[in-house]
Amino acid sequence: MTAQTAASTVAAGCAAPDQAAPLPLSVDLEKETVITGVVQASGDPVAGAYVRLLDRSGEFTAEVVTSPAGQFRFFAAPGTWQLRALSRFGNGDATVDAARGVNEVSLAVA
Amino acid sequence: MSRESALVSADWAEKNIAAPGVVFVEVDEDTTAYDGGHIAGAIKLDWRQDLQDPVRRDFVNKEQFEALLSSRGVANDDTVVLYGGNNNWFAAYAYWYFKLYGHGDVKLLDGGRKKWELDARPLSKDAVERPATQYVAQDQDLSIRAFRDDVVKAIGVQNLIDVRSPDEYAGRLLAPAHLPQEQAQRAGHIPTALSVPWSKAANEDGTFKSDAELTELYAAAGIDDSKDTIAYCRIGERSSHTWFVLQEILGKANVKNYDGSWTEYGSLVGVPVALGDEPGKA
Repeated sequence: MTAQTAASTVAAGCAAPDQAAPLPLSVDLEKETVITGVVQASGDPVAGAYVRLLDRSGEFTAEVVTSPAGQFRFFAAPGTWQLRALSRFGNGDATVDAARGVNEVSLAVA
Repeated sequence: MSRESALVSADWAEKNIAAPGVVFVEVDEDTTAYDGGHIAGAIKLDWRQDLQDPVRRDFVNKEQFEALLSSRGVANDDTVVLYGGNNNWFAAYAYWYFKLYGHGDVKLLDGGRKKWELDARPLSKDAVERPATQYVAQDQDLSIRAFRDDVVKAIGVQNLIDVRSPDEYAGRLLAPAHLPQEQAQRAGHIPTALSVPWSKAANEDGTFKSDAELTELYAAAGIDDSKDTIAYCRIGERSSHTWFVLQEILGKANVKNYDGSWTEYGSLVGVPVALGDEPGKA
């Protein structure tokens, strides 16, 4: 899938856009709060892991599957969020205090 | 309906992959997941390409649905087992859609693709061809589909259940957080709708919670079983998941899915909208 089709996917549906694609040009980083990173097990990226974004009360907000390079990406809002990864190699958690723009998070599973 | 009649486990599915009269159907919006590996013998349905009218906002009609299933090799007496990504959102949507057009025996694979993958069960990249059939659909069963006027009339009268995330309900987010937040519709929820996120009905591996847990969830949320119920989300797929729980697992009566959901309601001129974490007044 190209970045262009990822952009058209997000216009109507709910399926997760391609996590490996660059940010679509339509994404305005002065308005969007992007939370992104790589899931790793023993330092190696984990493809096909399920990454869940939980709000400050721990409630589910979104889930994506990591790209072949282990990448994930969410469009959230400024504030504190929890990340939880599920994979065949184990699970892992992280917390992020996100601000507008791109927020990079590392997420290890074991 | 009940859990036993509506759901199959991954173990059951793996044992029945080649069973005669059983058709596995993977349903996703982005079918690259299917192309990268699917349950052996499963056909794919594309949520948008196959199930939505290509021009106006509505479903394919009865004749188009008949043509689709005939060409994909699904027969009226087949047991259709649906599964997919996104915690079975789109598979649950397809389940509801198959019921809308009157298919007899439909089941959902508990946990969908996620559980199957986390269990490291086998996936196949082989192309799947099934001989064409002469599928006959029924007229839409509108007892399970709500339209915008039904929803407006239900404010303060019926159970309205908003199954989106708490931040979408309150109006702090306009879409699920894997999508950009620039959206055309207004933020918030339908006044008097109760917030019961779809995710509260599922375990983190995508399987459904137990009957006892599910019964407690909706009772604690304040659902009144003496009233009819309408579930909605943003585009109608997460609310299909909750419709499935209420009507097909718990066997509640008179539950409808509002497929127009927030992308329609939040764009309507003049209808009431509530902001914040409380249901609001009619």
